[in-house]
Amino acid sequence: MEAEAKQARRALIADVLSEYPPKTAKRRSKHLNVYEEGDSDCGVKSNIKSIPGVMTVRGCAYAGAKGVVWGPIKDIVHISHGPVGCGQYSWGQRRNYVSGAVTGVNSWVAMQVTSNFQEKDIVFGGDKKLAKLIDEIEAIFPLNRGISVMSECPVGLIGDDIEAVAKRKSAEIGKVIAPVRCEGFRGVSQSLGHHIANDVMRDHIVDKSADKPFESTPYDVLIVGDYNIGGDAWASRILIEEMGLRVIGQWSGDASVAEVERGAKAKLNLIHCYRSMNYICRHMEEKYGIPWIEYNFFGPSQIAKSLRAIAAQFDDAIKEGAERVIAKYRPLADAVLAKYKPRLEGKKIMLYVGGLRPRHVSDAYGDLGMQVTATGYEFAHADDYQRTTEYIKDGTLVYDDASEFELEKFIQNIRPDLVGSGIKEKYGTQKLGVPFRQMHSWDYSGPYHGYDGFAVFARDMDLAINNPVWGMHKAPWKTA
Amino acid sequence: MPQSAERIKDHATLFNEPEYLALFERKKALECGASAETVAKQSEYVNSWEYREKNLAREALTVNPAKACQPLGAVFAAVGFERTLAFNHGSQGCTAYFRSHLARHFKEPCAAVSTSMTEDAAVFGGLQNLVDGLANAYAVYKPNMIAISTTCIAEVIGDDLTAFIQKARKDGSIPEDYPLPQAHTPSFVGSHITGYDAMVKGVLSNFWNGKTREPNDRLNIIPGFDGYAVGNNRELKRILAEFGVDCTLISDVSEVFDTPTDGAYRMFDGGTTLKAVTEALNAKATIAMQQYCSEKSLELAASVGQETAAFHYPMGVGATDEFLMKLSELTGKPIPESLEKERGRLVDAMADSSAWLHGKTYSIFGDPDFVYGMTRFALEMGAEPIHLLSTNGGKEWEAQMKALLATSPAGAKAQVWTGKDLWAMRSLLATEPCDLLIGSSYGKYLERDLGIPLIRLTFPIFDRHHHHRFPVWGYAGGLRVLVTILDKILDILDVETAKTGISFDLVR
Repeated sequence: MEAEAKQARRALIADVLSEYPPKTAKRRSKHLNVYEEGDSDCGVKSNIKSIPGVMTVRGCAYAGAKGVVWGPIKDIVHISHGPVGCGQYSWGQRRNYVSGAVTGVNSWVAMQVTSNFQEKDIVFGGDKKLAKLIDEIEAIFPLNRGISVMSECPVGLIGDDIEAVAKRKSAEIGKVIAPVRCEGFRGVSQSLGHHIANDVMRDHIVDKSADKPFESTPYDVLIVGDYNIGGDAWASRILIEEMGLRVIGQWSGDASVAEVERGAKAKLNLIHCYRSMNYICRHMEEKYGIPWIEYNFFGPSQIAKSLRAIAAQFDDAIKEGAERVIAKYRPLADAVLAKYKPRLEGKKIMLYVGGLRPRHVSDAYGDLGMQVTATGYEFAHADDYQRTTEYIKDGTLVYDDASEFELEKFIQNIRPDLVGSGIKEKYGTQKLGVPFRQMHSWDYSGPYHGYDGFAVFARDMDLAINNPVWGMHKAPWKTA
Repeated sequence: MPQSAERIKDHATLFNEPEYLALFERKKALECGASAETVAKQSEYVNSWEYREKNLAREALTVNPAKACQPLGAVFAAVGFERTLAFNHGSQGCTAYFRSHLARHFKEPCAAVSTSMTEDAAVFGGLQNLVDGLANAYAVYKPNMIAISTTCIAEVIGDDLTAFIQKARKDGSIPEDYPLPQAHTPSFVGSHITGYDAMVKGVLSNFWNGKTREPNDRLNIIPGFDGYAVGNNRELKRILAEFGVDCTLISDVSEVFDTPTDGAYRMFDGGTTLKAVTEALNAKATIAMQQYCSEKSLELAASVGQETAAFHYPMGVGATDEFLMKLSELTGKPIPESLEKERGRLVDAMADSSAWLHGKTYSIFGDPDFVYGMTRFALEMGAEPIHLLSTNGGKEWEAQMKALLATSPAGAKAQVWTGKDLWAMRSLLATEPCDLLIGSSYGKYLERDLGIPLIRLTFPIFDRHHHHRFPVWGYAGGLRVLVTILDKILDILDVETAKTGISFDLVR
């Protein structure tokens, strides 16, 4: 990027900061930057408390633990333990698809199960209620393979001992009962919730079942950090299987408890969302010696690169398998590019998402001739911003834990052709006359992973950007 | 190849392709799930009377409740005032959830901030968070009022809001005379409707306390928590204009949840002006459109000497009649002919369609006032209510419902369920089915599992768009409800009769 353009972006940051009180401006200034090519990270601080009174987009530890990591496991009944709200607002909102399941019979993903705390539970404690509730779950949902207790704020404040209840009841019913201490006030964002969720998964399922017999093959892998939003994990799995590997578990989209129990069994762990599940991959490496590899299944360039990188960990049969898969899908990818690239080439994208997406989708846009001109994360850590440098270009505007105020200013100034962010950002952005796609939920579409998903991704970006409505927001009698 | 560039398949069809069906089979072999036989047996069992008894006997476990929590209602009420910022003292995740939840229903942005309390605030209290939060919110968003509600953490640790606010004023974080109404809204008390009430009362108290009332002839109306607020509040204002009644809506979200796409983002728009709220003290009476959204606020209104009246989400002929007669009684103005004509049109439409509506059986769920209002209108259409369920309904509501049902022979079969959830509703409908289900989007699982068609007529509606932009109150609103129900009945009839062609009639 030209020095002048970069200077303009730095001035934009200064302009936005100038509207904050001085103390806030100073704190926020560390989270905003214009990326300089060659730098080893994005030059922003991260994983720091959000500033009170400024509209952060972030959620909480419960959202990270129940909403992201545990919630998609299909044959566990997930109790939103505490008052009614948290479970209500997260009910059915992440579109973690499940296969071969009957809701309420052998799957509970699309349900809101809660202890619905009342004042008396706060005063007298909720442990007795929890124990009773577990009995009631056993009575009305007998095919469950386990129960998770996802703590909401009050649980950690009133001194409840959910671990003791879980231990006692687990022994009684002979199933896993996982106490997850993901109260919303822990940590600074969803991120600590992921970590806590990983640790509980490790202690209550993976390590406990490490000795369970399992018939292994040399080609066994786990898909880790894919929540099967809109069927993403399936569109990924199909490629991994086609190259000759056996997927022995999906963590945690469409997962069964049996799949989570296989943590000690894979030959290689494949991790897609590094942020939310790197912790358990590190554990499986340290304790069971299982290597792990990050991959990226967004867009044909990254898919091919990832397939080859995965194959490189195996023998020639798998390497040939990867080439076979790449060749098989090339005509599809080429046809998608031929159809959509002319309609999308040169378009500028602004992203503000979580997890892996602010960097991982970058090359999928690149394949279509589009460029990510600004990006940032809700809840990233320093290692995410280091990894981001592999993807972004010189002069990219980077924001960490951006407030709605900052985002609106940046969007107004940059006027991108498309903004990719969340439901809270969607409608405000569209008011500005700027096209938008929700990039957490795929805006009720998907899958976006894999070759099959890339076609959907390209179609969706086209329908967002090229819809005629975007030419209508100015009344013709109002001349600019 | 399941996918092609010519005809791109997304999740709705892609996974029906043979390649993915084979993938599911391979996956299933590794899932170690219950056998197909076991699943089939349990699937049958959940529809039985025996299961219903177990299910209804639950005391600790709540499954699929049809209610949200207090601060959601507080946020909804707060944004209905002129340039008012909804401000939650507590964890930031709560606020993210309220904003998403309302955005998913209205397809509109929803602004609200939090004090982002974390572990240290849980230990030492949230004073600094509140003081800094107010200073930032005031500087960045330049609101005319900041309406403070609480979420669980602040209530459990016992933060003293009043003292904290005084400190913030003293520190200069916020001007001395700046309006900062407050509401205590922990999620473990009440539901979104009581949180709405708490915030409305908080705002009224803020502007009324310590002032002398100089009564005039104006009226106040509190609409209540309403997913159809955009359409309903506008309809209400139209009715009042026809009447020539001077009236203040206390919390009016009809603008802020319906801003145009014209190149500008309006974080604030419309709403009850602070001047109007102040002057509302002098009104002759305060009317609540939904009793259970306004109990504390009406108590306040009564305590300052105003007359009060409460309705139950008035829909249909009789409820609208009563509402208009109340307006007439309070103002001394006659009911305008234009509205009388509208009434006649609704009755005309009901008569035209009555053959298709009479004797249909309905189950209804939602907030207590909605279920009451909907049941009343259903009875007017000749329908027979079956299961009437409100997760956040109580004893008084139950008695009111039973009294309503007793007014009509069609009410004889109905059962009223308070505090029950939608998993209980599943058992009720499986054992004692009905023709139609009326409620929110949450009912779609019941529709799928039991084959009872769902009509979406109350909050939240996530999976259909724009219904909230049209009214369901008043005679005109009643017409819309009638058409919505009728369309569903006739669409189903067409689908059913198309199977043989017999009775697939051009004229109905």
